[in-house]
Amino acid sequence: MQVYLPIAEVSVNAFMLLGLGGLVGLLSGMFGVGGGFLITPLLIFIGIPAAVAVATSANQIVASSISGVLAHFRRRTVDLPMGMVLLVGGLIGAAIGMRVFNWLRAMGQVDLLVSLSYVVFLGIIGGLMFIESVNAIRRARSGGRPAQRRRHNWVHALPLKMKFRTSGLYISVIPPLMVGVLVGLLAAVMGVGGGFVMVPAMIYLLHMPTKVVVGTSLFQIIFVTAFTTMLHATTNYTVDVLLALLLIVGGVIGAQVGTRIGARMKAEQLRVLLALLVLAVCGKLAIDLLLQPEELYSVSWRGF
Amino acid sequence: MRWLVALLIWAVPAAAEEVVADLSQNRISITADFDGSEILIFGAVKREEPLEGVPLEVVITLSGPSQTVMVRRKSRVAAIWANTAAVEVDRAPSFYAVATSGPLSQVLSQTEDLRHRITTRRAIRAVGAPQEVLDLPEFVRALIRVREGAGQYQLREGAVSVREQTLFSTSIELPANLVEGNYEVRIFLTREGHVINAYDTVIYVQKVGLEKFLYVLAHERPFIYGLMSLALAGVAGWGASAAFRWLRP
Repeated sequence: MQVYLPIAEVSVNAFMLLGLGGLVGLLSGMFGVGGGFLITPLLIFIGIPAAVAVATSANQIVASSISGVLAHFRRRTVDLPMGMVLLVGGLIGAAIGMRVFNWLRAMGQVDLLVSLSYVVFLGIIGGLMFIESVNAIRRARSGGRPAQRRRHNWVHALPLKMKFRTSGLYISVIPPLMVGVLVGLLAAVMGVGGGFVMVPAMIYLLHMPTKVVVGTSLFQIIFVTAFTTMLHATTNYTVDVLLALLLIVGGVIGAQVGTRIGARMKAEQLRVLLALLVLAVCGKLAIDLLLQPEELYSVSWRGF
Repeated sequence: MRWLVALLIWAVPAAAEEVVADLSQNRISITADFDGSEILIFGAVKREEPLEGVPLEVVITLSGPSQTVMVRRKSRVAAIWANTAAVEVDRAPSFYAVATSGPLSQVLSQTEDLRHRITTRRAIRAVGAPQEVLDLPEFVRALIRVREGAGQYQLREGAVSVREQTLFSTSIELPANLVEGNYEVRIFLTREGHVINAYDTVIYVQKVGLEKFLYVLAHERPFIYGLMSLALAGVAGWGASAAFRWLRP
Protein backbone atom coordinates (compact mmCIF):
# COMPACT_ATOMS: atom_id res chain seq x y z
CA MET A 1 0.00 0.00 0.00
CA GLN A 2 1.57 3.24 -1.18
CA VAL A 3 1.31 6.39 0.93
CA TYR A 4 2.13 9.90 -0.27
CA LEU A 5 3.99 11.82 2.45
CA PRO A 6 2.88 15.48 2.57
CA ILE A 7 6.17 17.05 3.70
CA ALA A 8 8.71 14.67 2.16
CA GLU A 9 6.65 14.78 -1.10
CA VAL A 10 7.42 11.20 -2.00
CA SER A 11 5.26 8.10 -2.19
CA VAL A 12 6.45 5.08 -0.20
CA ASN A 13 5.16 1.70 0.88
CA ALA A 14 3.35 1.96 4.22
CA PHE A 15 4.23 -1.60 5.30
CA MET A 16 7.92 -1.03 4.66
CA LEU A 17 7.79 2.01 6.98
CA LEU A 18 5.94 0.01 9.63
CA GLY A 19 8.59 -2.72 9.44
CA LEU A 20 11.42 -0.20 9.58
CA GLY A 21 9.85 1.41 12.65
CA GLY A 22 9.38 -2.00 14.26
CA LEU A 23 13.00 -3.00 13.74
CA VAL A 24 14.32 0.24 15.18
CA GLY A 25 11.82 0.10 18.08
CA LEU A 26 13.01 -3.40 18.94
CA LEU A 27 16.61 -2.22 19.21
CA SER A 28 15.50 0.85 21.13
CA GLY A 29 13.74 -1.27 23.74
CA MET A 30 16.58 -3.76 24.03
CA PHE A 31 19.51 -1.41 24.30
CA GLY A 32 18.09 1.93 25.35
CA VAL A 33 19.44 3.59 22.24
CA GLY A 34 17.03 5.84 20.36
CA GLY A 35 17.80 4.10 17.09
CA GLY A 36 18.31 7.39 15.27
CA PHE A 37 21.73 6.29 14.05
CA LEU A 38 19.95 3.46 12.21
CA ILE A 39 16.68 5.00 11.09
CA THR A 40 18.11 8.19 9.57
CA PRO A 41 20.41 6.37 7.11
CA LEU A 42 17.65 3.83 6.36
CA LEU A 43 15.11 6.56 5.55
CA ILE A 44 17.61 8.33 3.29
CA PHE A 45 18.28 4.99 1.61
CA ILE A 46 14.58 4.49 0.72
CA GLY A 47 14.45 7.96 -0.86
CA ILE A 48 13.28 10.34 1.88
CA PRO A 49 15.10 13.71 1.65
CA ALA A 50 17.88 13.85 4.25
CA ALA A 51 16.55 16.88 6.12
CA VAL A 52 13.10 15.30 6.45
CA ALA A 53 14.68 12.00 7.54
CA VAL A 54 16.68 13.69 10.30
CA ALA A 55 13.77 15.77 11.63
CA THR A 56 11.17 13.02 11.42
CA SER A 57 13.33 10.38 13.05
CA ALA A 58 13.74 12.76 16.01
CA ASN A 59 9.95 12.79 16.30
CA GLN A 60 9.77 9.00 16.03
CA ILE A 61 12.43 8.58 18.73
CA VAL A 62 10.27 10.62 21.14
CA ALA A 63 7.45 8.08 20.81
CA SER A 64 9.56 4.92 21.01
CA SER A 65 11.49 6.34 23.99
CA ILE A 66 8.27 7.16 25.87
CA SER A 67 6.97 3.67 25.18
CA GLY A 68 10.27 2.19 26.39
CA VAL A 69 10.72 4.39 29.44
CA LEU A 70 7.25 3.55 30.81
CA ALA A 71 8.19 -0.12 30.99
CA HIS A 72 11.40 0.87 32.80
CA PHE A 73 9.50 3.11 35.25
CA ARG A 74 7.37 0.15 36.25
CA ARG A 75 10.47 -1.91 36.91
CA ARG A 76 12.03 1.04 38.79
CA THR A 77 15.07 1.12 36.54
CA VAL A 78 15.06 4.87 35.85
CA ASP A 79 17.39 7.09 37.86
CA LEU A 80 15.37 10.33 37.75
CA PRO A 81 17.89 12.71 39.41
CA MET A 82 20.62 11.41 37.09
CA GLY A 83 18.21 11.76 34.14
CA MET A 84 17.53 15.39 35.05
CA VAL A 85 21.26 16.22 35.29
CA LEU A 86 21.87 14.57 31.90
CA LEU A 87 18.87 16.42 30.46
CA VAL A 88 20.11 19.85 31.54
CA GLY A 89 23.42 19.08 29.85
CA GLY A 90 21.60 17.69 26.82
CA LEU A 91 19.53 20.81 26.19
CA ILE A 92 22.63 23.03 26.47
CA GLY A 93 24.47 20.73 24.07
CA ALA A 94 21.58 20.63 21.56
CA ALA A 95 21.38 24.43 21.48
CA ILE A 96 25.13 24.67 20.78
CA GLY A 97 24.91 21.79 18.31
CA MET A 98 22.23 23.50 16.21
CA ARG A 99 24.56 26.48 15.78
CA VAL A 100 27.42 24.19 14.75
CA PHE A 101 25.11 22.38 12.34
CA ASN A 102 23.97 25.60 10.64
CA TRP A 103 27.56 26.81 10.44
CA LEU A 104 28.64 23.55 8.76
CA ARG A 105 25.71 23.73 6.37
CA ALA A 106 26.78 27.21 5.32
CA MET A 107 30.17 25.72 4.43
CA GLY A 108 28.44 23.01 2.35
CA GLN A 109 30.22 20.11 4.02
CA VAL A 110 27.59 18.93 6.46
CA ASP A 111 27.13 15.49 4.85
CA LEU A 112 30.79 14.64 5.05
CA LEU A 113 31.17 15.83 8.63
CA VAL A 114 28.07 13.94 9.73
CA SER A 115 29.38 10.76 8.08
CA LEU A 116 32.85 11.23 9.53
CA SER A 117 31.58 11.82 13.04
CA TYR A 118 29.37 8.73 12.70
CA VAL A 119 32.36 6.62 11.66
CA VAL A 120 34.67 7.98 14.37
CA PHE A 121 32.18 7.81 17.24
CA LEU A 122 30.57 4.52 16.29
CA GLY A 123 33.99 2.97 15.61
CA ILE A 124 35.54 3.98 18.93
CA ILE A 125 32.50 3.17 21.06
CA GLY A 126 31.61 -0.05 19.26
CA GLY A 127 35.21 -1.28 19.41
CA LEU A 128 35.70 -0.52 23.10
CA MET A 129 32.36 -2.02 24.06
CA PHE A 130 32.96 -5.15 22.06
CA ILE A 131 36.39 -5.82 23.60
CA GLU A 132 35.17 -5.11 27.11
CA SER A 133 32.01 -7.21 26.97
CA VAL A 134 33.71 -10.18 25.25
CA ASN A 135 36.29 -10.14 28.05
CA ALA A 136 33.49 -10.00 30.63
CA ILE A 137 31.72 -13.00 29.08
CA ARG A 138 35.01 -14.95 28.91
CA ARG A 139 35.68 -14.28 32.59
CA ALA A 140 32.17 -15.38 33.50
CA ARG A 141 32.56 -18.61 31.45
CA SER A 142 35.94 -19.50 32.96
CA GLY A 143 34.23 -19.54 36.34
CA GLY A 144 36.34 -16.76 37.82
CA ARG A 145 34.83 -14.05 39.94
CA PRO A 146 32.99 -11.33 38.01
CA ALA A 147 35.10 -8.47 36.84
CA GLN A 148 35.67 -5.96 39.56
CA ARG A 149 35.16 -2.56 37.98
CA ARG A 150 37.52 0.15 39.03
CA ARG A 151 35.45 2.14 41.49
CA HIS A 152 37.67 5.14 41.87
CA ASN A 153 39.06 7.34 39.14
CA TRP A 154 39.32 11.05 38.41
CA VAL A 155 35.51 11.25 38.29
CA HIS A 156 35.42 10.84 42.06
CA ALA A 157 37.79 13.68 42.78
CA LEU A 158 35.46 16.41 41.45
CA PRO A 159 33.35 18.74 43.63
CA LEU A 160 29.52 19.21 43.68
CA LYS A 161 28.81 15.65 44.76
CA MET A 162 25.28 14.35 44.66
CA LYS A 163 23.61 11.13 45.76
CA PHE A 164 21.99 9.03 43.02
CA ARG A 165 20.12 6.42 45.01
CA THR A 166 18.77 4.25 42.18
CA SER A 167 22.23 3.93 40.69
CA GLY A 168 23.87 3.55 44.09
CA LEU A 169 26.31 6.32 43.27
CA TYR A 170 27.69 9.31 45.14
CA ILE A 171 29.51 11.36 42.52
CA SER A 172 29.97 14.91 41.29
CA VAL A 173 27.30 16.29 38.89
CA ILE A 174 30.01 17.62 36.56
CA PRO A 175 30.73 14.34 34.67
CA PRO A 176 27.05 13.52 33.95
CA LEU A 177 26.49 17.16 32.95
CA MET A 178 29.43 16.92 30.53
CA VAL A 179 28.11 13.63 29.15
CA GLY A 180 24.73 15.34 28.64
CA VAL A 181 26.29 18.27 26.77
CA LEU A 182 28.27 15.93 24.50
CA VAL A 183 25.15 13.87 23.76
CA GLY A 184 23.05 16.97 23.05
CA LEU A 185 25.75 18.28 20.73
CA LEU A 186 25.87 15.02 18.79
CA ALA A 187 22.08 14.81 18.77
CA ALA A 188 21.81 18.12 16.96
CA VAL A 189 24.77 17.66 14.61
CA MET A 190 24.16 14.01 13.71
CA GLY A 191 20.37 14.04 14.01
CA VAL A 192 20.21 11.19 16.50
CA GLY A 193 19.02 10.68 20.08
CA GLY A 194 22.58 10.03 21.22
CA GLY A 195 21.87 6.89 23.25
CA PHE A 196 24.73 5.03 21.60
CA VAL A 197 27.15 7.56 23.09
CA MET A 198 25.33 8.02 26.39
CA VAL A 199 24.88 4.33 27.27
CA PRO A 200 28.61 3.46 27.12
CA ALA A 201 29.52 6.75 28.82
CA MET A 202 27.16 5.95 31.70
CA ILE A 203 28.53 2.43 32.04
CA TYR A 204 32.24 3.08 31.67
CA LEU A 205 32.63 6.68 32.84
CA LEU A 206 29.94 7.06 35.50
CA HIS A 207 29.91 3.35 36.49
CA MET A 208 26.13 3.15 36.59
CA PRO A 209 24.55 -0.33 36.75
CA THR A 210 23.67 -1.48 33.20
CA LYS A 211 19.99 -2.13 34.03
CA VAL A 212 19.53 1.47 35.20
CA VAL A 213 21.46 2.91 32.27
CA VAL A 214 18.87 1.93 29.65
CA GLY A 215 15.85 3.50 31.38
CA THR A 216 17.71 6.65 32.37
CA SER A 217 19.10 7.13 28.87
CA LEU A 218 15.60 6.73 27.37
CA PHE A 219 14.29 9.33 29.83
CA GLN A 220 16.87 11.89 28.73
CA ILE A 221 16.43 11.08 25.03
CA ILE A 222 12.67 11.85 25.16
CA PHE A 223 13.26 15.48 26.06
CA VAL A 224 16.33 16.14 23.93
CA THR A 225 14.64 14.72 20.80
CA ALA A 226 11.40 16.59 21.60
CA PHE A 227 13.47 19.77 21.73
CA THR A 228 15.18 19.04 18.39
CA THR A 229 11.83 18.08 16.81
CA MET A 230 10.46 21.50 17.72
CA LEU A 231 13.58 23.22 16.39
CA HIS A 232 13.31 21.37 13.06
CA ALA A 233 9.54 21.92 12.79
CA THR A 234 9.76 25.66 13.39
CA THR A 235 12.92 26.51 11.43
CA ASN A 236 13.07 24.07 8.50
CA TYR A 237 9.47 22.73 8.30
CA THR A 238 10.90 19.26 7.77
CA VAL A 239 8.95 17.12 10.26
CA ASP A 240 6.66 14.80 8.29
CA VAL A 241 3.95 13.78 10.71
CA LEU A 242 2.49 11.08 8.45
CA LEU A 243 5.92 9.46 8.05
CA ALA A 244 6.49 9.77 11.79
CA LEU A 245 3.12 8.18 12.56
CA LEU A 246 3.85 5.09 10.44
CA LEU A 247 7.31 4.70 11.98
CA ILE A 248 5.85 5.24 15.46
CA VAL A 249 3.15 2.58 15.09
CA GLY A 250 5.80 0.06 14.09
CA GLY A 251 8.28 1.45 16.59
CA VAL A 252 6.18 1.41 19.77
CA ILE A 253 5.28 -2.24 19.22
CA GLY A 254 8.93 -3.08 18.57
CA ALA A 255 10.01 -1.18 21.68
CA GLN A 256 7.66 -3.17 23.92
CA VAL A 257 8.94 -6.46 22.55
CA GLY A 258 12.52 -5.21 22.79
CA THR A 259 12.20 -4.16 26.44
CA ARG A 260 11.00 -7.67 27.34
CA ILE A 261 13.81 -9.35 25.42
CA GLY A 262 16.32 -7.00 27.05
CA ALA A 263 15.05 -7.85 30.53
CA ARG A 264 15.67 -11.58 29.93
CA MET A 265 19.19 -11.21 28.59
CA LYS A 266 22.42 -10.90 30.47
CA ALA A 267 24.02 -7.46 30.54
CA GLU A 268 27.21 -8.74 28.84
CA GLN A 269 25.25 -10.34 26.01
CA LEU A 270 23.30 -7.12 25.47
CA ARG A 271 26.53 -5.17 25.28
CA VAL A 272 28.12 -7.56 22.77
CA LEU A 273 25.07 -7.32 20.53
CA LEU A 274 24.91 -3.54 20.74
CA ALA A 275 28.65 -3.34 20.04
CA LEU A 276 28.27 -5.52 16.93
CA LEU A 277 25.36 -3.42 15.68
CA VAL A 278 27.27 -0.18 16.21
CA LEU A 279 30.32 -1.62 14.42
CA ALA A 280 28.18 -2.82 11.49
CA VAL A 281 26.70 0.64 10.91
CA CYS A 282 30.17 2.17 11.29
CA GLY A 283 31.61 -0.26 8.73
CA LYS A 284 28.88 0.49 6.20
CA LEU A 285 29.42 4.25 6.49
CA ALA A 286 33.21 3.87 6.31
CA ILE A 287 32.94 1.79 3.12
CA ASP A 288 30.67 4.43 1.57
CA LEU A 289 33.28 7.08 2.30
CA LEU A 290 36.21 5.04 1.01
CA LEU A 291 34.84 3.38 -2.13
CA GLN A 292 34.36 5.36 -5.29
CA PRO A 293 30.64 6.09 -5.66
CA GLU A 294 28.95 5.00 -8.89
CA GLU A 295 27.60 8.48 -9.45
CA LEU A 296 30.01 11.25 -8.52
CA TYR A 297 27.35 13.92 -8.84
CA SER A 298 24.44 14.53 -6.52
CA VAL A 299 21.45 16.84 -6.89
CA SER A 300 19.83 18.60 -3.97
CA TRP A 301 16.90 20.91 -3.79
CA ARG A 302 15.49 23.20 -1.06
CA GLY A 303 18.74 22.77 0.83
CA PHE A 304 18.09 19.04 1.34
CA MET B 1 -16.11 48.39 -38.87
CA ARG B 2 -14.46 47.24 -42.01
CA TRP B 3 -11.08 48.60 -40.88
CA LEU B 4 -11.40 46.69 -37.61
CA VAL B 5 -11.91 43.40 -39.43
CA ALA B 6 -9.03 44.26 -41.69
CA LEU B 7 -6.82 44.97 -38.69
CA LEU B 8 -7.78 41.70 -37.03
CA ILE B 9 -6.99 39.74 -40.11
CA TRP B 10 -3.66 41.48 -40.40
CA ALA B 11 -2.80 41.04 -36.71
CA VAL B 12 -3.68 37.36 -36.56
CA PRO B 13 -2.43 35.77 -39.72
CA ALA B 14 -4.44 32.64 -40.09
CA ALA B 15 -2.07 29.74 -39.56
CA ALA B 16 -2.20 27.27 -42.33
CA GLU B 17 -2.23 24.44 -39.82
CA GLU B 18 -3.36 24.83 -36.23
CA VAL B 19 -3.25 22.51 -33.20
CA VAL B 20 -6.39 21.68 -31.28
CA ALA B 21 -5.60 19.57 -28.22
CA ASP B 22 -6.91 18.35 -24.91
CA LEU B 23 -5.78 16.29 -21.93
CA SER B 24 -7.33 13.34 -20.16
CA GLN B 25 -7.26 15.50 -17.01
CA ASN B 26 -6.11 19.02 -16.30
CA ARG B 27 -6.19 18.69 -12.53
CA ILE B 28 -4.27 16.12 -10.51
CA SER B 29 -5.14 15.73 -6.84
CA ILE B 30 -2.44 14.37 -4.55
CA THR B 31 -4.28 12.29 -1.99
CA ALA B 32 -2.81 10.09 0.76
CA ASP B 33 -2.75 7.07 -1.56
CA PHE B 34 -1.37 8.94 -4.60
CA ASP B 35 0.90 6.64 -6.56
CA GLY B 36 1.76 8.44 -9.76
CA SER B 37 -0.54 9.26 -12.63
CA GLU B 38 -0.78 8.93 -16.37
CA ILE B 39 -1.73 11.85 -18.55
CA LEU B 40 -3.15 11.26 -21.99
CA ILE B 41 -2.49 14.12 -24.40
CA PHE B 42 -4.37 14.07 -27.68
CA GLY B 43 -5.44 16.42 -30.40
CA ALA B 44 -5.91 17.18 -34.07
CA VAL B 45 -4.51 19.50 -36.69
CA LYS B 46 -6.97 21.98 -38.14
CA ARG B 47 -6.30 22.85 -41.79
CA GLU B 48 -7.63 25.36 -44.21
CA GLU B 49 -5.49 24.29 -47.11
CA PRO B 50 -4.92 20.89 -48.61
CA LEU B 51 -2.17 18.70 -47.19
CA GLU B 52 1.41 19.42 -48.17
CA GLY B 53 3.84 16.77 -49.22
CA VAL B 54 6.34 16.72 -46.35
CA PRO B 55 4.99 14.76 -43.37
CA LEU B 56 3.99 16.60 -40.21
CA GLU B 57 5.71 15.86 -36.89
CA VAL B 58 4.59 16.51 -33.32
CA VAL B 59 6.73 17.35 -30.26
CA ILE B 60 5.09 17.44 -26.83
CA THR B 61 6.72 18.66 -23.62
CA LEU B 62 5.43 18.46 -20.07
CA SER B 63 7.27 20.59 -17.58
CA GLY B 64 6.91 20.76 -13.79
CA PRO B 65 7.52 23.83 -11.58
CA SER B 66 11.03 25.31 -11.79
CA GLN B 67 13.44 24.85 -8.93
CA THR B 68 16.84 26.16 -7.98
CA VAL B 69 18.96 23.06 -7.51
CA MET B 70 22.46 22.38 -6.25
CA VAL B 71 24.61 19.93 -8.19
CA ARG B 72 27.63 18.68 -6.25
CA ARG B 73 30.58 16.64 -7.43
CA LYS B 74 32.64 14.31 -5.28
CA SER B 75 36.33 13.69 -5.63
CA ARG B 76 38.92 11.90 -3.59
CA VAL B 77 40.46 13.88 -0.73
CA ALA B 78 42.94 11.87 1.34
CA ALA B 79 41.29 8.48 0.74
CA ILE B 80 37.78 9.83 1.35
CA TRP B 81 35.19 10.76 -1.24
CA ALA B 82 33.89 14.22 -0.46
CA ASN B 83 31.95 16.97 -2.23
CA THR B 84 34.58 19.25 -3.67
CA ALA B 85 32.75 21.23 -6.33
CA ALA B 86 29.23 22.58 -6.53
CA VAL B 87 27.17 24.45 -9.10
CA GLU B 88 23.87 26.12 -8.45
CA VAL B 89 21.50 25.70 -11.37
CA ASP B 90 19.09 28.65 -11.39
CA ARG B 91 16.14 27.00 -12.98
CA ALA B 92 15.61 23.33 -13.52
CA PRO B 93 12.13 21.85 -13.90
CA SER B 94 11.16 19.42 -11.15
CA PHE B 95 9.78 17.18 -13.88
CA TYR B 96 10.37 17.28 -17.62
CA ALA B 97 9.19 14.97 -20.34
CA VAL B 98 9.70 15.29 -24.09
CA ALA B 99 7.70 13.03 -26.40
CA THR B 100 8.16 13.17 -30.15
CA SER B 101 6.72 11.49 -33.19
CA GLY B 102 10.18 10.63 -34.55
CA PRO B 103 13.91 10.92 -33.84
CA LEU B 104 14.45 14.28 -32.16
CA SER B 105 17.27 15.36 -34.48
CA GLN B 106 14.96 14.93 -37.47
CA VAL B 107 11.78 16.48 -36.13
CA LEU B 108 13.38 19.57 -34.58
CA SER B 109 16.16 21.85 -35.77
CA GLN B 110 18.79 23.27 -33.40
CA THR B 111 17.61 26.84 -33.89
CA GLU B 112 14.00 26.00 -33.13
CA ASP B 113 15.12 24.09 -30.06
CA LEU B 114 17.03 27.15 -28.84
CA ARG B 115 14.12 29.45 -29.53
CA HIS B 116 11.45 27.36 -27.82
CA ARG B 117 13.64 25.64 -25.18
CA ILE B 118 12.29 22.22 -26.02
CA THR B 119 14.93 19.61 -25.15
CA THR B 120 15.78 18.96 -21.51
CA ARG B 121 19.18 20.61 -21.91
CA ARG B 122 17.55 23.82 -23.17
CA ALA B 123 14.81 23.75 -20.52
CA ILE B 124 17.47 23.98 -17.80
CA ARG B 125 18.93 27.42 -17.25
CA ALA B 126 22.35 27.50 -15.66
CA VAL B 127 23.91 30.91 -15.47
CA GLY B 128 25.71 32.68 -12.68
CA ALA B 129 27.75 29.58 -11.92
CA PRO B 130 30.99 30.20 -10.01
CA GLN B 131 33.87 31.24 -12.22
CA GLU B 132 36.25 28.53 -11.05
CA VAL B 133 34.00 25.80 -12.39
CA LEU B 134 34.97 25.54 -16.01
CA ASP B 135 33.09 22.37 -16.84
CA LEU B 136 29.57 23.72 -16.30
CA PRO B 137 28.14 21.58 -19.15
CA GLU B 138 29.40 18.50 -17.31
CA PHE B 139 27.37 19.49 -14.23
CA VAL B 140 24.24 20.07 -16.30
CA ARG B 141 24.71 16.70 -18.03
CA ALA B 142 25.05 15.10 -14.58
CA LEU B 143 21.84 16.79 -13.41
CA ILE B 144 19.99 15.37 -16.41
CA ARG B 145 21.56 11.92 -15.92
CA VAL B 146 20.66 11.76 -12.22
CA ARG B 147 17.09 12.92 -12.79
CA GLU B 148 16.61 10.63 -15.82
CA GLY B 149 17.65 7.76 -13.55
CA ALA B 150 14.95 8.80 -11.09
CA GLY B 151 12.29 9.07 -13.84
CA GLN B 152 11.99 12.82 -13.32
CA TYR B 153 13.32 13.61 -16.79
CA GLN B 154 12.14 11.60 -19.76
CA LEU B 155 12.97 11.69 -23.43
CA ARG B 156 10.65 9.48 -25.45
CA GLU B 157 11.37 9.63 -29.14
CA GLY B 158 8.64 8.15 -31.28
CA ALA B 159 6.16 8.02 -28.41
CA VAL B 160 3.69 10.36 -30.12
CA SER B 161 1.57 8.51 -32.64
CA VAL B 162 0.34 10.57 -35.58
CA ARG B 163 -2.48 9.37 -37.81
CA GLU B 164 -3.05 10.65 -41.30
CA GLN B 165 -1.03 13.76 -40.35
CA THR B 166 -4.10 14.94 -38.48
CA LEU B 167 -4.73 13.07 -35.25
CA PHE B 168 -2.04 12.63 -32.62
CA SER B 169 -1.84 11.23 -29.12
CA THR B 170 0.64 10.24 -26.45
CA SER B 171 0.61 9.38 -22.78
CA ILE B 172 3.11 10.56 -20.18
CA GLU B 173 3.73 8.80 -16.88
CA LEU B 174 3.96 11.12 -13.90
CA PRO B 175 6.01 9.66 -11.03
CA ALA B 176 4.68 9.24 -7.50
CA ASN B 177 7.07 11.82 -6.04
CA LEU B 178 5.29 14.69 -7.75
CA VAL B 179 5.83 18.26 -6.61
CA GLU B 180 2.83 20.55 -6.22
CA GLY B 181 2.40 23.32 -8.78
CA ASN B 182 1.45 24.11 -12.35
CA TYR B 183 2.65 21.69 -15.01
CA GLU B 184 2.94 23.23 -18.44
CA VAL B 185 2.05 21.19 -21.50
CA ARG B 186 3.39 22.43 -24.83
CA ILE B 187 2.57 20.93 -28.19
CA PHE B 188 4.62 21.85 -31.26
CA LEU B 189 3.79 21.00 -34.86
CA THR B 190 6.92 20.78 -36.92
CA ARG B 191 7.70 20.24 -40.53
CA GLU B 192 11.28 19.75 -41.75
CA GLY B 193 12.50 20.77 -38.28
CA HIS B 194 10.62 24.06 -38.23
CA VAL B 195 7.89 24.84 -35.71
CA ILE B 196 4.80 25.79 -37.64
CA ASN B 197 2.32 26.00 -34.80
CA ALA B 198 2.28 25.63 -31.04
CA TYR B 199 -0.30 25.16 -28.34
CA ASP B 200 0.06 25.23 -24.58
CA THR B 201 -2.05 24.48 -21.58
CA VAL B 202 -1.60 23.81 -17.88
CA ILE B 203 -2.19 20.88 -15.55
CA TYR B 204 -2.80 21.87 -11.94
CA VAL B 205 -1.21 19.50 -9.44
CA GLN B 206 -2.47 20.04 -5.92
CA LYS B 207 -2.46 18.31 -2.58
CA VAL B 208 -5.98 17.77 -1.25
CA GLY B 209 -7.60 16.66 2.00
CA LEU B 210 -5.29 15.49 4.77
CA GLU B 211 -2.17 16.09 2.66
CA LYS B 212 -3.16 19.71 2.09
CA PHE B 213 -4.12 20.26 5.74
CA LEU B 214 -0.80 18.92 7.07
CA TYR B 215 1.31 20.77 4.52
CA VAL B 216 -0.39 24.11 5.18
CA LEU B 217 -0.26 23.63 8.96
CA ALA B 218 3.43 22.73 8.86
CA HIS B 219 4.30 25.87 6.92
CA GLU B 220 1.89 28.40 8.39
CA ARG B 221 1.59 27.26 12.02
CA PRO B 222 4.89 25.43 12.55
CA PHE B 223 4.81 25.72 16.33
CA ILE B 224 1.35 24.15 16.58
CA TYR B 225 2.35 21.53 14.02
CA GLY B 226 5.45 20.66 16.07
CA LEU B 227 3.41 20.38 19.26
CA MET B 228 0.87 18.22 17.44
CA SER B 229 3.64 15.89 16.21
CA LEU B 230 5.00 15.59 19.75
CA ALA B 231 1.55 15.02 21.25
CA LEU B 232 0.94 12.30 18.70
CA ALA B 233 4.27 10.71 19.58
CA GLY B 234 3.44 10.89 23.29
CA VAL B 235 -0.03 9.38 22.92
CA ALA B 236 1.25 6.61 20.64
CA GLY B 237 4.13 5.78 22.99
CA TRP B 238 1.93 5.73 26.08
CA GLY B 239 -0.89 3.90 24.27
CA ALA B 240 1.36 1.10 23.07
CA SER B 241 2.85 0.68 26.53
CA ALA B 242 -0.62 0.54 28.13
CA ALA B 243 -1.93 -1.84 25.48
CA PHE B 244 0.97 -4.24 25.99
CA ARG B 245 0.55 -4.17 29.75
CA TRP B 246 -3.11 -5.00 29.31
CA LEU B 247 -2.32 -7.83 26.88
CA ARG B 248 0.45 -9.38 28.97
CA PRO B 249 0.15 -8.34 32.61
